[in-house]
Amino acid sequence: MLRMEGVCKSYNHRASTVTALRDANVTMDRGDYVSIVGPSGSGKSTLLLMLGGMLSPTGGRVFVDGRSLYDMTPNARAAFRKENIGFVFQTFNLVPYLTSLENVQIPLFLAGEDEATQQDRATRLLERVGLDDRLDHKPSELSVGQQQRVALARVLANDPAVVLADEPTGNLDPETGRRVIDFFDELNDEGRTVVMVTHDPRAAERAKRTLRLVEGSVINGQG
Amino acid sequence: MKLRTLVWREIFERKNQLATSFLAIFLGITAIVAIKNITFYSEKAVARELDALGANILVLPKSATVQDYYSADMQDETFPEAYVTRLSLSDLQGLDNLSPKLSVPAEVKGRRLTLTGILPKSEFQAKAMWEGAGIFTRPEEGCGEIADVPDVFKPPVKETLVRTRIIDDLGPEEALVGSDIEALLGVGEGDSLALLGRTFKISAVLPQTGTVDDSRVFAHLHTVQAMTDQGAVINAIEIVGCCEEISAGLVEKINKLLPDAKVVTVTQVVDTQVKTNQMMASLSTVFLVIIVLVGGASIANYMYANVFERRREIGTLMALGAGSSVIVRMFMLKGLLLGLVGGVGGYVLGTVFAVTFGPRVAGIAVMPMPELVPWAVGLSVGIALVASCLPARNAACLDPCATFGEV
Repeated sequence: MLRMEGVCKSYNHRASTVTALRDANVTMDRGDYVSIVGPSGSGKSTLLLMLGGMLSPTGGRVFVDGRSLYDMTPNARAAFRKENIGFVFQTFNLVPYLTSLENVQIPLFLAGEDEATQQDRATRLLERVGLDDRLDHKPSELSVGQQQRVALARVLANDPAVVLADEPTGNLDPETGRRVIDFFDELNDEGRTVVMVTHDPRAAERAKRTLRLVEGSVINGQG
Repeated sequence: MKLRTLVWREIFERKNQLATSFLAIFLGITAIVAIKNITFYSEKAVARELDALGANILVLPKSATVQDYYSADMQDETFPEAYVTRLSLSDLQGLDNLSPKLSVPAEVKGRRLTLTGILPKSEFQAKAMWEGAGIFTRPEEGCGEIADVPDVFKPPVKETLVRTRIIDDLGPEEALVGSDIEALLGVGEGDSLALLGRTFKISAVLPQTGTVDDSRVFAHLHTVQAMTDQGAVINAIEIVGCCEEISAGLVEKINKLLPDAKVVTVTQVVDTQVKTNQMMASLSTVFLVIIVLVGGASIANYMYANVFERRREIGTLMALGAGSSVIVRMFMLKGLLLGLVGGVGGYVLGTVFAVTFGPRVAGIAVMPMPELVPWAVGLSVGIALVASCLPARNAACLDPCATFGEV
C-alpha cells in the first residue's frame, strides 16, 4: 500500500547541504502497523511527512496504492490526504478557537459534508474517545490527554485507510500514553495501516514491526 | 461548520489584533465620507454665493460693445425675444437661469433712470412648458442651486432678483425699484410711480447692490415692450450658467444656437467657481489616496502577520486535506467582512460627523447622503480585498510541513 523507492531528502542550510533522508526503500502493506524509531534528527518525521504527501523528496518516488504521490499537483495531494490519510501530531494541532466538536468537524467540512452529518459523525467520534461531555470545550479548556483524544477523533472523521502519527505520546503522561497506544491498536485491528514515529520503546513494541533510522538511513527495514 | 464559522471564530479569537487594522479602514472611510459629504454641500454653498455675483453669461445683439458689464444691456440694438425660447427648447446643459431684459431710458421728476423689462419665472416656465419642452428637460436642480435646507441659504424674497436675476411673479402693472430710486424719488413699497405715461404700483424696493441696478426700475417685459412699441424684442439675456459647462464650451454652443447674437462671459466669476470646485475635488482626491494607502497598508500588514501567526493552523488544515482554494477563501472572506463592517460603520460615523460638525466647521448645513453608502462600502471592501490578496496567496503557498517546524 505504501512504498518508498530510493527516496532521499536534503536541505540547503547556510551554504551547506544537510541530508535528512538517504536512499530510503520501504514497503508497508495494507493493515500494517509500523513504528519508526531512531535518535533525534535521524529523519523519522521527514519520512513520515513524505509518506503523508506533505514533503517533496529530493529524489526517488513515494507510492500510495500504486499512485505516485509527488507526481500529483499540491491540490490533488491535499484531496488525496483528505480521503485516505489521517495525521496525529505530537502537539495535537487542534484549532484553538474551535470547540472539540468543531475541531472534529473540520475534515468533514473539508470533505463537503452537510452540517447535520458533520455534527452527527463528530459527536459519535467524540463519544468513542470518551469526550461526549466535552463537545463544547475549547482546547484550552481540556487536559493534555483530552486534547490528544480530540485529535484522535478528528483523525477518524473521514475514515482514513492510513493513520500517520508523529510522536503521539511524546507530550503525555505514561497512563494517557498507554491509552493512546491502545487506541492505535484498535485502529489497526479495524484494518487501517498505522505508521507511528516514537521515542517510547513500549509504544514501539506494540507495533507489528519497527523501522530504525540512523543519520537519515533506514537501518532495519523489515522489523 | 462552514467556512464563515471558521473565519468568524478566528476574528473573535484575535479581536485585539484585528482592532488596529479595523480602526484604520473604519476611520479612513469615516474621514472620506465626512469630507465628501461636507465638500458636496460646500461646493453647493460656494456656487450659490458666486451666483450672488450675478449672471456669468450675457447674450447681446451682435453689434453691441461691452464697456461695462452692469450696463451692457443699455444698447439701442435689440434682438427677438424668440431667442429665449430657442435657448429654453434647446438641449444645452448648464443653463441655470435665463433672464431676458429690455432696457429703455426714462425720466421721472426731471431725473433720468432706466426702465428694465424682465420676464417673471412663472411665465417663463409656463411658456417653455406650453411650447413643449425646454426648461423641464434640464436637471431640476442646477449647478448653482441647492435643495432647501431649513433656515440656511434661503435668501429673503426681495433679494431674489439681485441675487439670481430671477423673480417669481410680477404683474403687468407692478414695478420693483432700486435703492437709489427709493432715495431719489422718495417712493416706497405700495406707492405708485408714473413712467412713460403709465402708472405702476411699487411691489418691492430692492436691496442696494452698488451697481446700476440701484438706479433701475424693473417692470414686466411685455409691459415695457408695449410701452415702447418695439414688439417682442429684448436687448439682453442674462444667464447663470454652470461653470463646468462653460469650461466645457457652453458659450460656443450658445453662439452656434444664436449665430446673430454676441455671447460674452464674466471670466472672473467663472474662473473662481471652477477653481474652487477643482480645489475641493483635489482635496477629496488627496484624502482618498491617503486613505487607500494607509487603510490598504494596515490591512495588508495585519493579514501578513495573521498568516505568519497561523502557520501551524494553516499547515494543520492542509494536512487534513484543505486545498489552496480553501485557504485563500478563508483569508479573502475575512478581508470581505473587515471591509463590509468598516464601510458601513465608516459611512454611519462619517455621516454623523459631517452632519454634526459641518455647520460648526464650515458654516454650512450638511444632510446625510445615502448615495455614499455603496461608494463607501465598495471602497472599503475593495481596499480590504486587494490588501488581503497577497497574504492569502502566501498562506495558500505555505509548505504544510514547514509550518509544523517539526522536521
